[in-house]
Amino acid sequence: MKRNPYCGPLEQLAHDQGLDFYPVEFEMVPPSFMMEVAVYGFPVRMPHWSFGVRYIYQLVQHRMGHSKIFEVVFPGNPGRAYLANTNTIQENALVIAHVLGHADFSKNNLLFQRAQEQAGYHVVEQAAAHARHIENAASAHGQERVEMVLDAALALEQHIDDNQTLSRPPYPAHAPAEDPPPAAGFRKRFTSLPGEVPRKVKGHEHVRAPVPPHPEYDLLWFIAHYAPEMEDWERDIFLAVREESFYFYPVFSCQIMNEGWASYWHARLLREARFLPNDHYLDALRAHSDVVRPFAGEHEIALQINPYHLGFVLWDRLVEDRGLDRARRIMQEEDDFSFVHNYLDEELAAELGLFSYSAKRCGEIKVNDADINAIREQILSPRYHFGAPRIGVTQLRTDGTLDLKHDAIADGRGLDSEYARKVLEYVHCVWRRPVEMHTLDERNRETVIKVGIKSH
Amino acid sequence: MKQSEHRDRIPQSKDTEWYDLFSRGARDWLRHNEKIRDSVKQHLPELIAGSDVISRPDNRTLRVPVKLLEHYRFRLNDSDQKNGVGQAQPGKVKAGDILRPARGLFDSAGRQAGNEPGGVQLLLEFKIDDIVDWLWEELELPNLEPRPGETLVDEQLVREGWDRRGARSRLDRRRTLKEAIKRRSVQDDAPDFTNEDLRFRQLAKRQRPAMNAVVFFLLDASSSMEEADRKLAKAFFFWVLQGLRRQYLNISTVFIAHTAAAWEFSEEEFFKVTAQGGTQASSGFALVLEILETRFHPSRYNAYLFYASDGDNFIEDREPSEAALEKVAAAGNFVGYVEIAQTLSDALDTQMSALFQSLLNRGLRVGSYAIGGQEDIWPGIKKFFNQQAQHGAS
Repeated sequence: MKRNPYCGPLEQLAHDQGLDFYPVEFEMVPPSFMMEVAVYGFPVRMPHWSFGVRYIYQLVQHRMGHSKIFEVVFPGNPGRAYLANTNTIQENALVIAHVLGHADFSKNNLLFQRAQEQAGYHVVEQAAAHARHIENAASAHGQERVEMVLDAALALEQHIDDNQTLSRPPYPAHAPAEDPPPAAGFRKRFTSLPGEVPRKVKGHEHVRAPVPPHPEYDLLWFIAHYAPEMEDWERDIFLAVREESFYFYPVFSCQIMNEGWASYWHARLLREARFLPNDHYLDALRAHSDVVRPFAGEHEIALQINPYHLGFVLWDRLVEDRGLDRARRIMQEEDDFSFVHNYLDEELAAELGLFSYSAKRCGEIKVNDADINAIREQILSPRYHFGAPRIGVTQLRTDGTLDLKHDAIADGRGLDSEYARKVLEYVHCVWRRPVEMHTLDERNRETVIKVGIKSH
Repeated sequence: MKQSEHRDRIPQSKDTEWYDLFSRGARDWLRHNEKIRDSVKQHLPELIAGSDVISRPDNRTLRVPVKLLEHYRFRLNDSDQKNGVGQAQPGKVKAGDILRPARGLFDSAGRQAGNEPGGVQLLLEFKIDDIVDWLWEELELPNLEPRPGETLVDEQLVREGWDRRGARSRLDRRRTLKEAIKRRSVQDDAPDFTNEDLRFRQLAKRQRPAMNAVVFFLLDASSSMEEADRKLAKAFFFWVLQGLRRQYLNISTVFIAHTAAAWEFSEEEFFKVTAQGGTQASSGFALVLEILETRFHPSRYNAYLFYASDGDNFIEDREPSEAALEKVAAAGNFVGYVEIAQTLSDALDTQMSALFQSLLNRGLRVGSYAIGGQEDIWPGIKKFFNQQAQHGAS
């Protein structure tokens, strides 16, 4: 590609300002391709019809001019950034600075680091390799069968356990040995009565551990390893989807921080860029205020927050109040949950005009009392647990039945039963034994959704 | 993305990037559409019997509104109240402000459906010929064969062979040139063309089964036929017609409604017609006979009559009806009687069906179908085509 004239100077400037990032490969691509990358999450990703549906929605939105995608960036060594070839040079000066902010973030933030240490520094290539494996599987086993597996795996995409590592050993086959009660003091008098032959303690290695030993929230992993009748290539597809989810998790749970950090740095780098002519700086600044703005168009009220704006303001404040070094520490060590809880205070919320509201079923939208805890909670609640209901495996029964339990208390209400049944049907197709889900119905009564049990 | 397989496989110019050659999004969208088509195909008989199918007989396609497929994921129950965080100019909103007033419940439900991906509808267009093919496969319906001897026969001129004499307009230049080349290859110093080289196409008269058919749709428009009854009749008529189209090249339709008298209508008007008055089926049959003799003479057309009624007819009208029907049945290929009976208990136990039964007993080609609801349409159609196939075989 033709390198943007500001690319080199901006990289140098970023280094001088203390940003620390792996080299980034920039590629100029047409907007149609940008859109595909945004829909799939990767430039080349496994084929599935559901991406086609998202693609059409995005295409319609794009045609109507509702969204413009400036850049998509992938962490790694080297990082990869795709820029729309319709961006002007001025816009690209801003976008390049923005990408460098992301590159700094993804190299230093611990969540990103952990994901990359486990999954490697070449996510883009790995996603393409998964796509090729799955396309090969489709020609070997037929498109319908591969689609059936992907229907299930992608529906469970968010159900990984981030506290576990990407490659995980299976559960121990036997229960961990419980220490025998200490034979001391009062108890000692009864452990061996005079004249009694000491009873042989049953060997712990013969006690089979239950599967799973604790509720298992990594559904993709559990199914891939413990499904009774899955074929190896089907397990591989589950693990491929899981690997991609491990990559997406930090992106998802650091969105406010990450976008805010990149926006902070594009603003700061451009401000410091002496090599940028004044008119170019003003044009770039215009692009900045289009991206980092709380309201769309001429509206003065928005019913959702713009993570770019919120993150930008928070970082701006943090650097000003606590200095750049402290801000960098926060960037390295925190994620959105602690970031919003720790640094979005009442004063800042008022300054930003944040308010919490309730939308009733009848369509009424009412502003609630200003309460910083409610505001924080409502910003974060759609982000808990990868944005999905908390569902764990509780038991693998001897007949192969898979027992799932939805943590309705943590989520506040039960599952949509129609949707849950459809997903269980997907899962049943690969699990091939009955699947049961324990949750609450719409009146908060306990209910069990069963799929795959033969009716007599 | 140098390691992408597409770069390895497809030779391309330097300027073409791999992503210009191929759109994953478009491919997956086409796959989605294919899946929708498959599932529509599987449920076609029910879908088509439903009323949300729009027929457009002119360009031979049919539109079926379908929802986009949804890839389901676990999600929580809707709660009565959703909380969110918004942003406004500082001081612009305060606690207790109503940002949007309540709407009617119906409205809100409708809007929500439209905003969700699953709520978007797609109008799929199917070729009717394709649908009919699928249905025939699905319902294991026989293909009707032209009945030798029994069916009408057209004379047709077909090209057959060549001759050295003929009308100038039938000169086959290519063939003539070939003959000239052949001749010149064995003669020395030969003229370019001679009269001997000329070849003319010949025509021969051949007989073939008649490909013209006329289908009469006769509807009892008296007040006892309700809107729902008409819809059932329409669906039955529509699919009978599509099936017959498979057999005949040219098919004409005639729409007649009757009460105590009978009128011919255009297709659009036909299904909207309502009338007051008694029921005299013979008036309808007489009009069919009249049109058959004046416009679609039985010596040139295969004629089918389908009569939809709730079965009531004046008792005094029985004799004239029977006489007229007998003539129609004798002149045409088949007379079908569709009894629309919303309560099936008394189905085919009416004046009309008794009449048809007696015609059937006398060996005329007639058949009766009782349609009580949507679910009876396909068994009726199936029965009709199976009967036709048997007639063909016998």
